[in-house]
Amino acid sequence: MKVKLKVQRSGPESEGVRYSNYEIEAADSITLLDALIEVREYVDGTLGLRCSCRSAICGSCSMRVDGQARLACRAKVLALTNEDETHEIVVEPMGNMPVIKDLIIDQELFWQKVRQVDPYLQPVGDEPAAEYRVPNETMIDLTHTMNCIMCGACVSDCTVLEVDKNFIAPAALAKAYRFAGDPRDGHQHERLEKLSEYSGIWDCTRCNMCVEVCPKGVAPMNRILQLREMAIEAGITNNAGARHTDIFTKSISDGGRLNEVWMLPGSVGIFNVPRLMKEMPGALKMMRAGKLPIAQTIPPGFPGSHKMRGMDRVRNVVRKSASLKAPRAEVTES
Amino acid sequence: MMKYAFWPGCVSKGAAPELYMATNRVAREMGIELVELDQATCTGAGVLQEQNPEMGDALNARTFAMAQQLGLPLMNICSTCQGIESMVQDKLTKNPEYCAKINAILADEGLHYTPGLEIKNFLWILVEDFGLDRLKKLVTRPLRGLRIGPFYGCYILRPSAILGKDEHPDRDKYLEMVIETVGASVVDFEGSKKCCGFPLLTINRENSLKQAGNHIHEAQDLGADALVSPCPLCHLNLDAQQPAAKQVTQYDIDLPIIHLPQMIGLALGVEPTEMRMDHHVVSTRKLLAKLAAPATA
Repeated sequence: MKVKLKVQRSGPESEGVRYSNYEIEAADSITLLDALIEVREYVDGTLGLRCSCRSAICGSCSMRVDGQARLACRAKVLALTNEDETHEIVVEPMGNMPVIKDLIIDQELFWQKVRQVDPYLQPVGDEPAAEYRVPNETMIDLTHTMNCIMCGACVSDCTVLEVDKNFIAPAALAKAYRFAGDPRDGHQHERLEKLSEYSGIWDCTRCNMCVEVCPKGVAPMNRILQLREMAIEAGITNNAGARHTDIFTKSISDGGRLNEVWMLPGSVGIFNVPRLMKEMPGALKMMRAGKLPIAQTIPPGFPGSHKMRGMDRVRNVVRKSASLKAPRAEVTES
Repeated sequence: MMKYAFWPGCVSKGAAPELYMATNRVAREMGIELVELDQATCTGAGVLQEQNPEMGDALNARTFAMAQQLGLPLMNICSTCQGIESMVQDKLTKNPEYCAKINAILADEGLHYTPGLEIKNFLWILVEDFGLDRLKKLVTRPLRGLRIGPFYGCYILRPSAILGKDEHPDRDKYLEMVIETVGASVVDFEGSKKCCGFPLLTINRENSLKQAGNHIHEAQDLGADALVSPCPLCHLNLDAQQPAAKQVTQYDIDLPIIHLPQMIGLALGVEPTEMRMDHHVVSTRKLLAKLAAPATA
């Protein structure tokens, strides 16, 4: 088959960014990495890329392919091109990290964030005589995150990192879950407290981009959501994120639908006057446009608050759904 | 006649009444009958799920069961609702035991959910059930000359594994297809499939508004006359928060944001005021004037 590649080029020896176009003949079975290596070996020896295992284990060859981060060794060229082989596969370095040359990025930011979450087990107390015994379901749950090969695809495409380089970002947060969620770890509370600070778990916008691009099914965002649930359960709720879930839950339990007017004061705190003042111009503009729901001016839970019809039946489901919650696993000694 | 159980979502019943009006008006124009589920609850938008996923599952299963009681597929008009509903549906299909426990709770009000309900956003219905050829025939006022940027909203796209990508591989191109069907041209911009920032608004205002501002600026820079979205939460951050996003990013932005049913309505000849297009925070006047002016190209 004919393979057309459009590869982003840049590097210390050249100014700015340009694209090189390559066209090679290759077998239908090749991967994008095979194609790039073919180019480097036989067409253009100056093309820079990182790779090692060629079998989706080492995580070296992640790059953006047609706009989305993925492992080049796991991308079949046949699936990327179209039937008449006219589609030009656009290959670019990963995003959110500085480029060293062509498709090679500087991973320092990535590792710095991983180190930030103390990525090792910290048990407390005496070692058990034989071994720690952890329930099977817990270990199965943790294997999701253990599958991470540190390829950086999630960090590359994280939409929050795009606007805020301080955000700890998906890979490190998934790694944090791997230890905070391990019943053998003795520092769960401190971990959750640290993760609940600014730039941590509550700064994720839940866009699912990391879930989509992760080649190993780690689904980092889902791990972030688990950390949020654990933090709330641990009583670490003095932050806008936890309060937001609280007012949300209250609102649905009280009225069935969301009370949009009280979402903001409920999250930032009703006495947080400076923050609330920031929203005043916006609120006035919405009011002028007839978009401020007047029926929702009474906060959820107060007499006269806005309610859907048939709330008694909703309350029944809310009450009884508490019985569906599974207890969290504990570690035992054998 | 096409008929759906209709879950309008919280925002179309609250801060975006124009979406509710436009949807009903356009459905009538297209001959789609909507049976509103007026006792269904919020999907939880992923936020309730952070604190209480089980409550979210039970309440969504209840909504599904209500649609099944009517014997109708479920229609939503919100990318976020679609994502959460698909996620819960996937979870209940994979865990029959868990689903049975939820059904035991729903039995109190005579409801039962059997996995397999069809749940579709209005965008998917337009393309898959109604058909773009049929839609094209209904167009009386082609949006010729308008350049419109598609803005999907995360949850209607990701994670694609639970959003029917295998059966419907083009779902990430539907907005572009619809824009072309109604006679407008597509503005292809990077932010189109990214996050609007809304979920962060109350938690990290600056990041949230930077996200919104960047996307609006990018599309406007590429010559967009408007953005269209199937998600009212995106609409809130892109329209209602646009003046604030302008302040935070210092970008000179002024771009009308329209709901998907409003765009369809315009093309079908519905009066803008019938879809409350005069009730947006960012005025749609410029856009409507361009539509009314004779095409120059």
